[in-house]
Amino acid sequence: MSVDQKMDSGRRQLLVATSAAGGVAVVATAVPFVASLTPSERAKAAGAPVEADISKLSPGEMMTVEWRGKPVWILRRTPEMLASLEKTDASVSDPESDKPMQPDYAKNKHRSINPEYLVTVGICTHLGCSPSDKFKVGAESGMGEDWAGGFLCPCHGSKFDLAGRVYSSMPAPDNLEIPPYKFLADTTILIGDDAKA
Amino acid sequence: MTTKSQELLNWIDERFPLTSTWKAHLSEYYAPKNFNFWYFFGSLALLVLVLQIVTGIFLVMHYKPDASLNASGIPVAFASVEYIMREVPGGWLIRYLHSTGASAFFVVVYLHMFRGLLYGSYRKPRELIWIFGTLIFLALMAEAFMGYLLPWGQMSFWGAQVIVNLFSAIPVIGPDLSLVIRGDFVVSDATLNRFFSFHVIAVPLVLIGLVLAHIVALHEVGSNNPDGVEIKKKKDANGIPLDGIPFHPYYSVKDIVGVVGFLIFFSAIVFFAPEGGGYFLEYNNFIPADPLKTPLHIAPVWYFTPFYSVLRAITYPLFGIDAKFWGVVGMGASVVVIAFLPWLDRSPVKSIRYKGGLFKAILAVFIVAFFILGYLGVLPPTPGRTLVAQICSVIYFGFFLAMPWYSKLDKCKPEPERVTFK
Amino acid sequence: MSNRVIKTLKRFAAVALFAPALAMAAGAVLHLDKAPVSTEPAALQSGAKIFVNYCMNCHNASFARYNTLTQIGLTEQEIRDNLMFTGERVGDLMKVSASPAEQKAWFGATPPDLTLIARQRASEFGSGADWLYTYLRQFYRDPNRPTGWNNVVFENVGMPHVLWELQGEQVAKVTNNADGTKSIALELAKPGKLSAQEYDKSVADLVSFLVWMGEPVAEKRKTIGIVVLIFLAGLFVLALALKKNYWKDIH
Repeated sequence: MSVDQKMDSGRRQLLVATSAAGGVAVVATAVPFVASLTPSERAKAAGAPVEADISKLSPGEMMTVEWRGKPVWILRRTPEMLASLEKTDASVSDPESDKPMQPDYAKNKHRSINPEYLVTVGICTHLGCSPSDKFKVGAESGMGEDWAGGFLCPCHGSKFDLAGRVYSSMPAPDNLEIPPYKFLADTTILIGDDAKA
Repeated sequence: MTTKSQELLNWIDERFPLTSTWKAHLSEYYAPKNFNFWYFFGSLALLVLVLQIVTGIFLVMHYKPDASLNASGIPVAFASVEYIMREVPGGWLIRYLHSTGASAFFVVVYLHMFRGLLYGSYRKPRELIWIFGTLIFLALMAEAFMGYLLPWGQMSFWGAQVIVNLFSAIPVIGPDLSLVIRGDFVVSDATLNRFFSFHVIAVPLVLIGLVLAHIVALHEVGSNNPDGVEIKKKKDANGIPLDGIPFHPYYSVKDIVGVVGFLIFFSAIVFFAPEGGGYFLEYNNFIPADPLKTPLHIAPVWYFTPFYSVLRAITYPLFGIDAKFWGVVGMGASVVVIAFLPWLDRSPVKSIRYKGGLFKAILAVFIVAFFILGYLGVLPPTPGRTLVAQICSVIYFGFFLAMPWYSKLDKCKPEPERVTFK
Repeated sequence: MSNRVIKTLKRFAAVALFAPALAMAAGAVLHLDKAPVSTEPAALQSGAKIFVNYCMNCHNASFARYNTLTQIGLTEQEIRDNLMFTGERVGDLMKVSASPAEQKAWFGATPPDLTLIARQRASEFGSGADWLYTYLRQFYRDPNRPTGWNNVVFENVGMPHVLWELQGEQVAKVTNNADGTKSIALELAKPGKLSAQEYDKSVADLVSFLVWMGEPVAEKRKTIGIVVLIFLAGLFVLALALKKNYWKDIH
C-alpha cells in the first residue's frame, strides 16, 4: 500500500506543537539527572563554614585550617611583614587586586579584613599545588638577595608575596584566592561564610 | 533538504549504512496496518529498558556495594541508598524511577508475552523471535533478582539467601554451586559485590544483545498481527505488502501515544505511590539486612511469585531425590516451557480471533491459574494453599504440554485473506 | 471473540485485587488505631522536639541532618538553640553520642535507627504511622519484664516506656476469650503530666514527625507529580491528535 505523505498545515502545526511539548518533557526529565551531579547535602555539610581559633597565633606565625578539603592559611603578619608589601608592590602582577580573586572587603593593599591577619586559600592558582612558606628574607631564605618574604609553589616555581599576590612573569596567573570569612570575635574567624548576622 | 545536508548525508552513507538502516527498520519497514492496543507493549518495553539503563547509570554514581557497617552501625550499601533518597539532589526521583521501572518492566513484558500468546506471534516463521524473547525474560529475571539484593535491606538479604539456596538442591554439585554463587557461606559482602557487577555490567550487556537479536529477527520476517495472517503473501506491483504501512511515521506517531499513556500511569505510581502498596518496595526492605534475624514472612517481589508458587507446590520426593530439587526443576521448567510454544501449538490458525471455544476456554483457565499462582506466591504457605498451588501448577503445565492435542482438536474458523480492522 | 477472553480477564483481575484482603484476614491480627498524621509545621515542630528530647537519648536518626529540619519551618538558629544539645554543627547527622558497640554493651542490643521507622512498620494491618501511634500509647506496667514495661502491639518489647512521665502508668486487664485468644484492656492507674487527650496529641505530633522524617521529600514529590500528570495529559491530547492526523489516510 502506497501512501501519500502530504504535509498539510494542520499536520505541520501538530508536529511542531508535539515536538515542542516533547522537547519540554525531555528537558524537564534531564533536570533531576543533572541536579544529581551537583554537590549533595553531605558534601554541603562537609563544606560548611569552619571556625578557627586564632588566640594562640603569635606574630609571624601561620596556621592552616581545612575548609572544603582545601588548606586555608591564617598568617599573623608582623609590622615588618606588612611593610614588605610596599616593597613588592612594583614586582607583583596585580598589585591592586583588580582581578576578582577575593571578596570586596579584602580588595585592599593587605588583602584582608584586619591588616594583621592574612586569610587565604593555600592553593596555587596555576595548577593546584599548595605553595610552601618562605618567610625569611634576603639570602638566608635561599630565594635570592632581594626576597621580601612570601610563598613559593614547589610544582612550577610560582612566587607570591605575604599578601598572596603573585609575582610578575610566573606560571600562576592570579593572586591566591581569599575565601569568604568574617571575625566572630577578636580571636575567632569563621571561614566560608561572610554573611552579616 | 538543503544540498549541504544532503551532501553530508551522502558522505556518511558512503561510509556507513545510515539511510539504508533507517529505511530498512523504520521508513520502509512495512508493518500490518491493523495493530491494536496489545501492540504497544513492545515499544514500551524498549522505553523501560532505556529508562532503567539511564537511571541505573546515575544511581551507580552514588551507590556503594559494601556490606560493612558504617559509624552508625548501618550497612554502607543500605545507607548509600538512603543517601541517594535524601542527600543527592533529585536522587529520590531517580531511585523511584528505577525501582518502579523494575516493576513496570515486568508489567509491560508480561503483557507483551500475552499478546504473543493471543495472536500466535510465536508461530512459524517467528520461532526465533519467540526464543530470543524467552531468553530476554530469563535475563530480565536474573537482572531483577540481583538488583533486588543491592539495597541490602531485610527482603534483599533473605530473598537472595532463599533463592541461592535453591541451587544447593541440585544433586552432587548443588552445595558447591551455591557456595560459588555466594562466594561465602552466607550471603555476604562478596555476594553483594558480584551481584552488583552482574547487575550493572554483565546482564545488561546480555539483555541489550538479546533485544537487538529479537528486533533484527522480527524485522527479518515481519510483524504478525491480530488476525495472524501473513501480509507478505499479498503484495502490490512494487513488492510492498497491500496491508502494510511504513512503521515510520504511522507507528512511530502511534507509539508516541502509547508512550505518553504509559508515562501517565507510570508517573502516577512514581509520584503518588512509589511503594506500590508494599509490592514494588517491600516494607521490610526499609530495615537494614540483619543476617541473624529473618523477617516473619518473606515473599519474593510480585513478578516472581507465579514461578515461586510452582516451586513451593512440589512437595513430593521423586526417584530418591528430595522435593526441594524437583521444586527447583519445576520452577525452571515453568519458565523454559514457554520457549517451546512454537512447536506445541498445532492449531491451523494463529490468532485467538479464529480459534475455537476449546482453546479460549483453556487459555482463560490458564490465565486464572497463573494469577492464582502469582497471588499465592506472596502468601505464607498453608496446606490448603499448597493444594491450590498444586492444582494450578498442573493447569499451568497442562496448558503447554497438552497443547499439541487440544489445539488440533479445536474447531477453528477460517482465517481471512486480508487483515481486518476491529 | 477475544473480547470474551478480555472480559473474563477483567472479571478475574477484579477478584484478584480483592483477594489479598480476604486472605490476610486469616492469621495473627494486629488492631491498630488510625494515626491522625499531620503535615502542619506546628505539629511537625512539636514532634521534632519530643523526638530529640525523648527518642534521641538512645536512638539515632542517622540518615537525617539537623538542618533538614529547616524544611518543617525552623530556622538554623532555632534548631541550634532548641534541638541540639551537644554542640554539633547544624549540618551534622542526627546521631546519639554513644557508638552502636557501646549501646550494645549497655542495652544488650543496639536501639534501631528511627529515620525510616514509619516506613518499616507498615504492614497489611495499617500504615507505619498507625503502628507507631498505637504502640506509643499501649505501654503497660509488667513486673515480669526487666524494664518493668510491656506493650500490647509489641509484646515483650525491649524498650521501656520513655514517655511514661507524660502518659502516666497503665495496667493491663487480660481476659481469655472463648476461642483461646487473649484480649488486653488498658487502664490508667497513675496519671501523668498530660491528660489523655494531650498525650494522644503529643504522640500524634511525634508520629507525624517520624512520617515526615521517613521521607522528607514526600509532599514535594506529590506536588511535582500533579504538575507532571497535567503536563502529560496535555501531551497525550497532542500526541493523539497527531496520530489521528497521520492515520486519517489509512483505511
